[in-house]
Amino acid sequence: MIDRLELAGLSIRRGARLLFEGVALTLGAGEACALTGANGAGKTSLLRAVAGLVRPEAGTVGFGAADPAEARGAGLHLVGHQDGLKPARTAAEELAFWSRWTGGADTALAEAVDALGLKTLLDLEVRRLSAGQRRRLALARLVAAPRPLWLLDEPLSPLDAAWREQFGALMSRHLAGGGLILAAVHDPLPIPAKALELTAPEVPA
Amino acid sequence: MSLSALFRRETALAWGRGGGPLVTVGFYAGVATLLPLGIGPEPARLAAIATGAAWVALALASLLSLDRLFERDFEDGALDLLVLSPTPLELTCAVKCLGQWLATGAPLALAAPIAAISLGAPLELSGLILASALVGGLAFAFVGGVGAALSLGARRGGLLTAVIVLPLFVPPVIFGGGALSAFQSGLPWTAGFALLAAYAAAAVALGPIAMAGACRNALS
Repeated sequence: MIDRLELAGLSIRRGARLLFEGVALTLGAGEACALTGANGAGKTSLLRAVAGLVRPEAGTVGFGAADPAEARGAGLHLVGHQDGLKPARTAAEELAFWSRWTGGADTALAEAVDALGLKTLLDLEVRRLSAGQRRRLALARLVAAPRPLWLLDEPLSPLDAAWREQFGALMSRHLAGGGLILAAVHDPLPIPAKALELTAPEVPA
Repeated sequence: MSLSALFRRETALAWGRGGGPLVTVGFYAGVATLLPLGIGPEPARLAAIATGAAWVALALASLLSLDRLFERDFEDGALDLLVLSPTPLELTCAVKCLGQWLATGAPLALAAPIAAISLGAPLELSGLILASALVGGLAFAFVGGVGAALSLGARRGGLLTAVIVLPLFVPPVIFGGGALSAFQSGLPWTAGFALLAAYAAAAVALGPIAMAGACRNALS
């Protein structure tokens, strides 16, 4: 499975605009990286390129010895603003479905409910959840179906201080177990992490 | 295992959203009621067009909920997560279309004989109408899925889907309508029905490949 993430010479273009070029990063087992940059710098696009959803203009994304298709299919989680949760379904139904879809076991499901404090929310429809509760429901997938590489798009922003701390502990545990985390953030991550700042390429005058 | 979970989720979402199949069946009943008003009330004239009208109305009603097949999942990010799975996207698309068929195609197929008979079609035709509507509904769902995937992210995607899909509805409409009118006039009807079934089988086999390609393209 994934024990390494290697980006080399990565450039991404969206439409006519070159977001960034020549981005390099190596992440080993147990390492995290905080991805920063101004709004629109391409943080989300970079995460999506790692997940294989966006085709880079140039450069490569490698997962060590793992086959990229396999690594993307079963080795990573992507949690972002678009969380795939349906407003009309209950939290329990959504968590159970996504956990199943990503290959989670029923025992891990109970653990995820505890880890993200979802017990009292399970019977509520997703539309009744607050932004923070909804994010916790999306993050519960990470625990419900363990996969080594977490790609997180501003995971902390809707969370309150207590849950930021709790989720920090979850991230530490994931790293201690040999996991990898690449997180796009505006505020610093509550765990030791490498830093990667995306800047727009200079436009020749 | 995960595909059966997806199938249950898809049908639950389709039944749940905005009245689900009832709206589609209501639209179908509306079209079938409008036709006699436009054509005139003579029973002989109505009986002549009854099966054809019921059949074409069915194709039109199948278009209604297509825009939701992929668009919601595309907008809320569920499609990203469906792609990031060991399950081939082609199978995922096929399961979504099967869910669509069960949630809208099957209720429409049940309503189709009723509509045709109330327009004046003979009672003994109802079995074949039901069978054609079930098989044709499969073709409508899978061909429609291709249109829905191709128009992902487009403004007024629902309308675009209809424009893409309607020409592809021509063969099943002709084959099914042909089988029904042959049966009604006592001619051999199996050829038309077999062609309809063949078209449905081709749509089920090839449609998901096109849908998966279109979805990947829309995401990137």
